[in-house]
Amino acid sequence: MIHLKNIYKKFDEQWVLNDINLTLDKGKCNLIIGESGSGKTVLMKSIVGLVKVDEGEIWYDERDFNRMGKHEKQALRKEMGMLFQGAALFDSLTIEENVMFPLNMFTRETYNQKLKRVNFCLDRVGLKNVNKQLPAELSGGMRKRAAIARAIALSPKYLFCDEPNSGLDPRTAIRIDNLIHDITLEFDMTTIVNSHDMNSVLEIGDKVIYIYEGCKCWEGNREEVLHSDNKALNNFVFATKMAQKIKKADPT
Amino acid sequence: MLTKALANIGKYMLLMKSVFSRPEKRTVYYRQTIREIESHGLGSIGIITIISLFVGAAITIQTNFNIENPWLPRYIVGVTVRDSLLLEFSSTMVGLVIAGKSGSSIASEIGMMRVTEQIDALEVMGVNPAAFLILPKLIAMVLFLPLLCAISVTIGLLGGYLICLTSDVVPVSDYIYGIQYVFYPYYLTYAMVKTAFYAFIIASVAGYFGYRVEGGAVQVGKSSTRAVVLSSILILLADLILTKLILH
Ligand SMILES: Nc1ncnc2c1ncn2[C@@H]1O[C@H](COP(=O)(O)OP(=O)(O)OP(=O)(O)O)[C@@H](O)[C@H]1O
Ligand SMILES: [Mg+2]
Repeated sequence: MIHLKNIYKKFDEQWVLNDINLTLDKGKCNLIIGESGSGKTVLMKSIVGLVKVDEGEIWYDERDFNRMGKHEKQALRKEMGMLFQGAALFDSLTIEENVMFPLNMFTRETYNQKLKRVNFCLDRVGLKNVNKQLPAELSGGMRKRAAIARAIALSPKYLFCDEPNSGLDPRTAIRIDNLIHDITLEFDMTTIVNSHDMNSVLEIGDKVIYIYEGCKCWEGNREEVLHSDNKALNNFVFATKMAQKIKKADPT
Repeated sequence: MLTKALANIGKYMLLMKSVFSRPEKRTVYYRQTIREIESHGLGSIGIITIISLFVGAAITIQTNFNIENPWLPRYIVGVTVRDSLLLEFSSTMVGLVIAGKSGSSIASEIGMMRVTEQIDALEVMGVNPAAFLILPKLIAMVLFLPLLCAISVTIGLLGGYLICLTSDVVPVSDYIYGIQYVFYPYYLTYAMVKTAFYAFIIASVAGYFGYRVEGGAVQVGKSSTRAVVLSSILILLADLILTKLILH
């Protein structure tokens, strides 16, 4: 569980995060949705400490992130996995070396044990026969999946995914969504997913948080998202013609 | 302008502080250092050889031209060529050539990792990105560049020898006698120590410029150009200071 209290962040006199209070639950996919530029990436980077917040507290279970020393933060980060918006695989390393990287850095296992773990993770995300390939030789969706494999290599307690399926075709997008959902349940992780894709919301949104212009505007689950009377949320959810038609056809 | 420079020096110091913090895992850093020696050390032997060969030949001709005096013995040319290579040419040449070659590649490699969020990815994993990315390069260059300098001196002398052999600049026997005449091993140490300083300048300045890139490909390019320019200037400055300090 991750708990945020009164988070504020501004860039050049403009508030990007404004008084965010949140609880992100364990064993669930916590979806953060919002328009482009609403502050989702900044929020996620603030939670993992890549962006320093101006004010507010971040609690990882019983641990106060702001009060942690350098070494405690490093220890906590071994429990985190993160998928970046652009995958951020190390492009000088092969896929196998990429997934093995955290294992090399933080475990004392033998090469064969590590290789076994790497193959398990790659298999889990549905990647086969790409061990010796470089990230540049893979398609966008395969790169995202390899990055997920790297993120779960150390069996993290907290998994962060920044737009795991942006720029992918609907079928691959849903596969990646389901993959994230499955591993969340399987390993009982606290998973946070940034998205602006309504399909993801309906598919895996165990908990949905809507961010509007840097404020938390609405919170609920995938059932409630379609029936809320929050105006900003409705504009977001029913932005497309297709969604509007579905709403008309099914007024419940 | 001045405050900006001071701010940059401060940030550079802070970055160096995190570069020299304890590695998470020695074996990984060790392996990385070997890789860097391969790319920034062994990979530069070729270019240093070619340049040194030509410069050595040119210095021999020039020196002979400058001290053509019937009162001076001919072997003096050999002595002068050797000492100029040792004291100035080889170390500066290696410094400037490697600043251009490795400096730009280090700055753009790290800069590209910054803009594609690979550095953030390292940080989220709990790795200290500054140390992991810069320290192995720094160690590799500080260890290997002095060796390149020694190679450069040797090849430079060979260049002079070849020019004596193929034209009538100085008789070969005089040249050979000259380059062995009153040799101070201390000069070689001096050249290699100087080069080690240059290596530190190149790796740390290029690392700094790459590390603090913000933006995209354009900024990466600009940063790597700046890294090369600044490290070249710093190398020449260091040359002046070290020469004054050590040789006087
Ligand atoms: N480093 C920065 N410096 C200045 N402003 C920034 C910085 N990072 C983000 N911002 C601003 O913060 C706001 C929120 O950006 P953010 O990247 O969080 O959006 P997002 O919700 O992730 O959008 P998208 O869905 O397009 O990824 C934007 O207006 C952006 O201009
Ligand atoms: Mg974003």
